[in-house]
Amino acid sequence: MAGMVEPLALYIHWPFCLSKCPYCDFNSHVRERIDQGRFAAALLAELRFEAERVGRRPLASIFFGGGTPSLMAPETAAALIAEAFALFDPLPGCEVTLEANPTSVEAAKLREFRAAGVNRLSLGVQSLDAAALAFLGRRHSAGEAVAALETGREIFPRLSFDLIYARPGQAEAAWRAEVRQALTLAADHLSLYQLTIEPGTKFATEHARGAFALPGDDEAAALYAATVEEAAGFGLAPYEVSNYAQPGAESRHNLAYWRYGDYLGIGPGAHQRLLLGGEMLAFRRHRAPEEWAGLVEAQGHGVTGCETLTPQDRAREALLMGLRLAEGVDPARVAVRAGMPMAAALDGEMVRACEEAGYLEWQGGRLCATAEGRMRLDAMLPRILR
Amino acid sequence: MTDTPLHLIRNFSIIAHIDHGKSTLADRLIQTTGTVAARDMKEQLLDNMEIERERGITIKAQTVRIDYPAKDGNTYVLNLMDTPGHVDFAYEVSRSLAACEGSLLVVDASQGVEAQTLANVYQAMDANHEIVPVLNKIDLPAAEPDRVKQQIEDVIGLDASDAVMISAKTGLNIEGVLEAIVTRLPPPTGDASKTLTALLVDSWYDAYLGVVVLVRVRDGHLKKGMKVRMMSNGATHTVEQVGVFRPKMVQVEALGPGEMGYITAAIKTVADTNVGDTVTDERNPATVALPGFKPSIPVVWCGLYPVDADDFEKLRESLGKLRLNDSSFHFEAEHSAALGMGYRCGFLGLLHLEIVQERLSREFDLDLIATAPSVVYKIRRTNGTLEELHNPADMPDPSLIEEIEEPWIKATIMVPDEYLGSILTLCSERRGQQVELTYVGSRAMAVYRLPLNEVVFDFYDRLKSVSRGYASFDYSIDGYEAGDLVKIGILVNAEPVDALSFMAHRSQADRRGRSICEKLKELIPRQLFKIPIQAAIGGRVIARETISAMSKDVTAKCYGGDISRKRKLLDKQKEGKKRMRQFGKVEIPQSAFIAALKMDA
Ligand SMILES: Nc1nc2c(ncn2[C@@H]2O[C@H](COP(=O)(O)OP(=O)(O)OP(=O)(O)O)[C@@H](O)[C@H]2O)c(=O)[nH]1
Ligand SMILES: C[S@@+](CC[C@H](N)C(=O)[O-])C[C@H]1O[C@@H](n2cnc3c(N)ncnc32)[C@H](O)[C@@H]1O
Ligand code: SF4
Ligand SMILES: [Mg+2]
Repeated sequence: MAGMVEPLALYIHWPFCLSKCPYCDFNSHVRERIDQGRFAAALLAELRFEAERVGRRPLASIFFGGGTPSLMAPETAAALIAEAFALFDPLPGCEVTLEANPTSVEAAKLREFRAAGVNRLSLGVQSLDAAALAFLGRRHSAGEAVAALETGREIFPRLSFDLIYARPGQAEAAWRAEVRQALTLAADHLSLYQLTIEPGTKFATEHARGAFALPGDDEAAALYAATVEEAAGFGLAPYEVSNYAQPGAESRHNLAYWRYGDYLGIGPGAHQRLLLGGEMLAFRRHRAPEEWAGLVEAQGHGVTGCETLTPQDRAREALLMGLRLAEGVDPARVAVRAGMPMAAALDGEMVRACEEAGYLEWQGGRLCATAEGRMRLDAMLPRILR
Repeated sequence: MTDTPLHLIRNFSIIAHIDHGKSTLADRLIQTTGTVAARDMKEQLLDNMEIERERGITIKAQTVRIDYPAKDGNTYVLNLMDTPGHVDFAYEVSRSLAACEGSLLVVDASQGVEAQTLANVYQAMDANHEIVPVLNKIDLPAAEPDRVKQQIEDVIGLDASDAVMISAKTGLNIEGVLEAIVTRLPPPTGDASKTLTALLVDSWYDAYLGVVVLVRVRDGHLKKGMKVRMMSNGATHTVEQVGVFRPKMVQVEALGPGEMGYITAAIKTVADTNVGDTVTDERNPATVALPGFKPSIPVVWCGLYPVDADDFEKLRESLGKLRLNDSSFHFEAEHSAALGMGYRCGFLGLLHLEIVQERLSREFDLDLIATAPSVVYKIRRTNGTLEELHNPADMPDPSLIEEIEEPWIKATIMVPDEYLGSILTLCSERRGQQVELTYVGSRAMAVYRLPLNEVVFDFYDRLKSVSRGYASFDYSIDGYEAGDLVKIGILVNAEPVDALSFMAHRSQADRRGRSICEKLKELIPRQLFKIPIQAAIGGRVIARETISAMSKDVTAKCYGGDISRKRKLLDKQKEGKKRMRQFGKVEIPQSAFIAALKMDA
């Protein structure tokens, strides 16, 4: 791995949504009218700026995330994909994912996105239960979600969708039924997220006020175990804390994050990690869409700051991401990406204690969090990291 | 407004059982004499500390000077001292008594004589006070003034035929109290021509004025600008301000014999203000000091530690300032393996401990951990030496101990007949020995000897609950006795937590050990690993609980855009770990210890 050129993953952020979901803390904004031309031009400009800086490199994946990128004009996606393929060297089977919301309006555009070069669709289904969709403030119905899944399956070679569980009062049996129903719609990939109350969201206010209560840790753990079991029944393995895939159908783009690979991010608030000349750079971009576009127009990019990460920071990031994966981390790769030995970033005694407790294990020279360990990763990390 | 002729001065304390209405009576006296304008009046005006107002109890004695134009045509200067009723603040009462010649003994006419009524009135008699009984709360339908008068005569042996019947709340017959003060209480004695002697009654720290000292002048004059000497240590100071309390501080030129007031004199150190000291004239010092006070002897000790080790210095300074204001509080530096540098602090009881802790956090903005309170044991070693044990963590190896002695008390409990049975059961559960059981009407008075350790913790609460609040209780220390005592250590994840160890009688060890393990299990949040909690006597485990591991704690979504935030959160968590106490591979938030230590041991 060390001698090879690290391929690039390219993230493109589309910051707009039709409405703000009450649980969501993503950098997403609601606008009466979106100046499609202006944002297409700005995204293209940032793409060129990055290519200039980084130089020609193999390109392994593109990911249109949001916000709701399915609200983007398909031509914009087409132009960005074409430009990326021209500026970098796309690897064979380069994965191009688009996040889409299952409203009928967006579903209608799916064929055009496919034609633009998108080969993987990630649908924000969230639930197949009408009451849950209402609670989550979604604009689509369960019927629309099923329809979008069916259309997606027809049009795209690869399909994934998101569900949110551990909702207030959710019973395990009902959740199992919901997962099973979704899985019969035959996707090769699934993201199943435990509902999280993010600071600053509408849910945070309501939850603090006591408007609803979430399942406790024990119930959440039981729901998680049920999820893993149901997914396994359909041949999907939990390759990451919240992600399930048939062997080979893992999200290549997201794997780049978890394997702490090089990724570029363009668009408002997009993050990146890039090892350039032995230094890991973390650029920050303006989060507000219009301000970001203004910056791009004025200076060619929306970067507002850059941090050079220390080897300790890099080792921590490599571990906090890598231990989310079932495959764990390879000490040699961590050393290359961090610029320091992995062992030096770990508290050996705590690692051993976690091994004894059955939370960590070594497999073929890789350090892995076991299923039990992954469920407690946030508690484990501050202890095992030096 | 000074140099009042002695015969026109009256100095008196208001004493009573808790809640019998001392502070309310003080309000009425202040109000009736127009000392405070009507618009500035509020209930329990003298309870000016935040904690006093919140809890509705008096903690500090307070002095007020009021002017009363009496029926005999003279205007008298009255110095009243409102005292606390709770037994933990008895030192405040005894010092106030020493500064006065008379007492108003307030008795709630619906409740009658209670344990603290007795304790306080006996103290007043010891101080040679003239005592005027005042029956308060006669507005209450349940008031039985005649029965209570009889009780005062039977139990205390005080003539109650002239008891003043009042309602401090409604203001009924306050005039009667004022007249009784001037006609029945004696004026102070003193000699203006002699050199200055003044009793240092109290002191406190004022943010603007620095150290303020409350004095009672015996002989001579205390004047602004004069040089004074503290007789206990010879320290000299120049008096900057002389004044009286109305109840706000009002400056005067001088204080003459028999008068009470304050001085400030740029005093910096606590050592220079010893309560009970005699203040004299530096140029012409007195040769014989005033009698002073018996030092207070703390009965309960606990360790106080700053949550943040950097606050140790601040803690030291704060304890000094607090001590200035509370001479019954003691402290000495100590070190704990679990908690670091701190102080071993001595108190007159658990309420006192709680109040001091609360004041430290409020008035000095300190975040503190307190260890389990302990009484003072005496350890006789096999080699014949005898030592005091203030902290169970310091107990020597049992093989080196010949015997352990524990303090006993003599408790007086007054209770209506129908609850006597439960009170006697409670006392015998607590290893009590009955000394006396007498009846006054339908009230029983039980005198018991009890080990202090059995009383210090939740005895008072239990007493109140088994008697539906009707029992009252007072105690005095009654020597040491050898007992079958053991040290119970608490182990968290197999590591001893010195701050949680405590002493118990062998017969109670299992029960107490189990209860603390159960409490800790509730209090310590689940961790990454399961945590065994054990109580042990030496190497023998007597109780055990296990806190199971947390079941799920992982961020659901973590992608390229979340990485910086996650890393920074991790850095913060690692920082937060510094506030945790490490026990092998588990960390325990201090809040859990604080909660465990707060509970009844
Ligand atoms: N009904 C009635 N209530 C009274 C009277 N005097 C006091 N109280 C009430 O009794 C309670 C206790 O009064 P305080 O004046 O605080 O009693 P205290 O003796 O100063 O109490 P400590 O300082 O804590 O010992 C308060 O709720 C008063 O309002 C009275 O004459 N009649
Ligand atoms: C960028 S969002 C998906 C994009 C698309 N706008 C949508 O809503 O379908 C990625 C996914 O994160 C999940 N998600 C967002 N906020 C969440 C929260 N607070 N708790 C759990 N999952 C959340 C949702 O499942 C969402 O589909
Ligand atoms: S969940 Fe998706 S649709 Fe909802 S506000 Fe967030 S990004 Fe937009
Ligand atoms: Mg009071």
